[in-house]
Amino acid sequence: MEYFLQQLINGVTLGSIYGLIAIGYTMVYGIIGMINFAHGDIFMVGAFIALILIVALGLTAATPLLLLILALGLVLVIAMALSAAWGWTVERVAYRPLRGSFRLAPLITAIGASITLQNYIQISQGARNKPLQPLFSGGFTLAEKTSEQGTFAVQISYMQIMIIVTTTVLMVGFTLLINKTSLGRAQRACEQDRKMASLLGVNVDRTISLTFVMGAGLAAVAGLMFLLYYGVIDFYIGFLAGVKAFTAAVLGGIGSLPGAMLGGLLIGLIETFWSGYFSVEYKDVAAFSILAIVLIFMPEGLLGRPEVEKV
Amino acid sequence: MTPWNDNPVLKVEHLTMRFGGLVAINDLSFNVGRGDITALIGPNGAGKTTVFNCITGFYKPTEGRLVMKQKKGDSFLLERMPDFKISARAKVARTFQNIRLFGGMTLLENLMVAQHNPLMLASGMSVAGIFGLAGYRQAETEAIDRAKYWLNRIGLIARADDPAADLPYGDQRRLEIARAMCTGPEILCLDEPAAGLNPKESAELNALLRFIRDEHDTSVLLIEHDMSVVMEISDHVVVLDYGEKISDGTPEEVRNDPAVIAAYLGVADEEVEVVEEEVGL
Amino acid sequence: MMAQNDSLFTASLKDAAAGGLIALALFGITLGMRADVAAGLGGQMVIDYRWGAVAIIVAIVFFGRLALNLFVWKSDKPVTQYFSTLKPKPGAGSKVGAFAKPALLVLAVALPFLLMSYYGASGSRRFLDLAILVTTYVMLGWGLNIVVGLAGLLDLGYVAFYAVGAYSYALLAHYFGFSFWICLPLAGILAAFWGITLGFPVLRLRGDYLAIVTLAFGEIIRVVLLNWYNFTGGPDGISGIPRPSFFGLEFERGENGFAAFFGLDYSSIHRIIFLYYLILIMALATNFVTMRLRRLPVGRAWEALREDEIACRSLGINTTNTKLTAFALGAMFGGFAGSFFATRQGFISPESFTFIESAVILAIVVLGGLGSQIGVVIAALVMIGGFELIREFEEYRMLVFGLLMVVIMVWKPRGLISTRTPSIALSGKARGISADLVQEGHG
Repeated sequence: MEYFLQQLINGVTLGSIYGLIAIGYTMVYGIIGMINFAHGDIFMVGAFIALILIVALGLTAATPLLLLILALGLVLVIAMALSAAWGWTVERVAYRPLRGSFRLAPLITAIGASITLQNYIQISQGARNKPLQPLFSGGFTLAEKTSEQGTFAVQISYMQIMIIVTTTVLMVGFTLLINKTSLGRAQRACEQDRKMASLLGVNVDRTISLTFVMGAGLAAVAGLMFLLYYGVIDFYIGFLAGVKAFTAAVLGGIGSLPGAMLGGLLIGLIETFWSGYFSVEYKDVAAFSILAIVLIFMPEGLLGRPEVEKV
Repeated sequence: MTPWNDNPVLKVEHLTMRFGGLVAINDLSFNVGRGDITALIGPNGAGKTTVFNCITGFYKPTEGRLVMKQKKGDSFLLERMPDFKISARAKVARTFQNIRLFGGMTLLENLMVAQHNPLMLASGMSVAGIFGLAGYRQAETEAIDRAKYWLNRIGLIARADDPAADLPYGDQRRLEIARAMCTGPEILCLDEPAAGLNPKESAELNALLRFIRDEHDTSVLLIEHDMSVVMEISDHVVVLDYGEKISDGTPEEVRNDPAVIAAYLGVADEEVEVVEEEVGL
Repeated sequence: MMAQNDSLFTASLKDAAAGGLIALALFGITLGMRADVAAGLGGQMVIDYRWGAVAIIVAIVFFGRLALNLFVWKSDKPVTQYFSTLKPKPGAGSKVGAFAKPALLVLAVALPFLLMSYYGASGSRRFLDLAILVTTYVMLGWGLNIVVGLAGLLDLGYVAFYAVGAYSYALLAHYFGFSFWICLPLAGILAAFWGITLGFPVLRLRGDYLAIVTLAFGEIIRVVLLNWYNFTGGPDGISGIPRPSFFGLEFERGENGFAAFFGLDYSSIHRIIFLYYLILIMALATNFVTMRLRRLPVGRAWEALREDEIACRSLGINTTNTKLTAFALGAMFGGFAGSFFATRQGFISPESFTFIESAVILAIVVLGGLGSQIGVVIAALVMIGGFELIREFEEYRMLVFGLLMVVIMVWKPRGLISTRTPSIALSGKARGISADLVQEGHG
């Protein structure tokens, strides 16, 4: 039971990170119907920007807590802004010129952009793992069990609390943004019918650009969280995290924001429990198998709309 | 006396199709007479295309039976067959309301694809074909001849090697019919074949349909809005409204049926309908 | 006139400044500051500052954009007008193709002799290795072209079948001591079998979903190969894979070797030349079968499927089976290429079968022009051959590769060779069909 609870906490933490990335996939798929293959790499770039800033600011666990939190807030804002710039550039350079043309072309440019970003970071930052000493330590002990093997404590660390809280706040804020503002309305209109939206005065290019910018911003948040949580990143983290986040988006129902969050949580939980109870080596197989199974048997996902074949 | 009940090629019995809560077709029964041109008419949204999609297997009916009886006497229950087998075995061919040609392939290729199944057999599931065995080459020549025959018939032989997407609209409609005929059907189902045609093309279409019925011994079932086409060439007219049959008989009988006049002919203004169709109602 | 120029200049300046600013945002931190573990400081991270590089990039973007604005985009007489006259006219491609294909073939067949006479045995080794590599990719591209180009099924996990082929041979040789010539067909059959097994559940998916599921399957196979240590050797891979023999003659020194049998002096280059001809023949066989099938009902059904699946079903075509044949056939050729890869390398590990490989093969097919066999050759020559030649920039290879994928696609979204040749024609000469009319498939 204690072990289960611990896995649950870890799974929710991981799931929050996936959920944040998944939003970027689901929004872009919703609005232009393409898999933004480079999104996982934007997440990776965000993590790198955060790392560089943290190191440059000299933040360590010894920094006074208030200052540390303020500085991390600053790091988060800058990382979001710069990742957003990357997201915007990728859309502008690799996707916009191909909008409305051949469907495979943007997929290829997306893969090209993904390869470019990975290798750019590999060259500019080096191929080695980048470790980061933990900035926060400690946490609450929720339960404790003593058996002959020793004591097993269920802990939720401050870091996990921070990740879950930040994610929840961002997701609520983001849902409000999409549901209540004119930008969100424009976005939903573009999802339905881009041509009609533009006839009604929606600036389609700007709306799509902003979608990429927002998705990239959230991916940067996920990047920072990932960095703080795992304490090590490399230029290749974007691929796996990207595929899993995409799985999350599909599982939740692509195009649906709550679906992306729900899917993210589920994938995080499944992966953690699989590692905890079965085998760590095959945790990726578990995630990929779920992707395949969901797509084959439930292609509309948990919260998505079913697609009707028109004859 | 209604000749289409004697030895119908297709019997639609108690067909019902529901989409969630929406009842698109409700307990519809009618017969398609062998060797007849049967028209299925009705206002927009009456469920005509849904009937077609049930007959050709693109939808599985919620209830009801679709009994197809071939000339040789074989019977098929269409509602139990997957769509491609309905064309391949039961010999029901169809066209689409929004034309579905293989636009990037030539006219000839379009008609060759329609003869896929016999050619596939002749090519020994491709194995014999790879080695260029004589049996396949002969079958291919025959298929080309049949394609040429239909291209001649629809007057497009000169454009045999052009991509289908390059054809003007009316020619595309006729090519789609020719393609359906290349499958060697016993029933040809046409979804609004005259839509978008000018009067001259419309007349050509009528001639083509009569030719198909008379010379190729093929029964025709068509959905049509163009009353001049329906009244001129149909042997039998079935009228649908809100998924139910409101009239069934010869064009003359239907024309004078008060129910039809009320539901359809008398009320529908030609202009309104055209507009409605354009906005997709 | 003067005023107009003036405003053009200020507008260009503003635009260039904006570009420079964005470049600064993009590269300022990621390029200008490098976080790394400091040497000898106990895992401490330090920052390396490289503002010079950032300044150069920002300057390039600023002045490049300024120049483009002034002379190309906004100008009345853009320089590109001149270049557009250099573009080949539509239709010219087929004439060039008709001439280029036999020429390329002759060149490919004569290549080892040309290289040998020019560079000698030791000098030509590098080029022959490169030729083998390019030809392998050509074969993979042709195999994938059946799936993506003809049938319109987007497969992002093609490398899985390459891996199945390679591991089939390696494991059969390892556990049973089978020779290459026995394993080659077996590897193809096994890969095709995998293609059918994986294809059956996923082929009713459409578009990007199919792409992502095939990607997932590709990764699953790789992760399994990586972790099934007892069977596959895990990350250590399998080494000592036997080399192919020439009708029973091994390429070795001594009495029974290939060289001795033909009365030649032993040279290690013989085996390389043999491998080159082997892959060339395998690739040409792939091409031959594909071109034949294209003119058969099954090939026409593939293309029809790409054009309109619903219409196919209405014509009585069993679309599932048709897709499966394309998938299985593509997988089979991938498997053949895989077992060739294993025998050439003598060593395989899961590292050779990552997603990037799938992406590279797909890029070759799409950049070459979907469905175009000669396009695959050109794309493989450019993307693989071109890069291997500039080894000095090894570090930048994949970066340039990724950028080139973007640039070529934006420049020519339908690929380099985009006209479709009809599979059958009444009149003697078939005209190419413009790519604008050809559908790309939904699956």
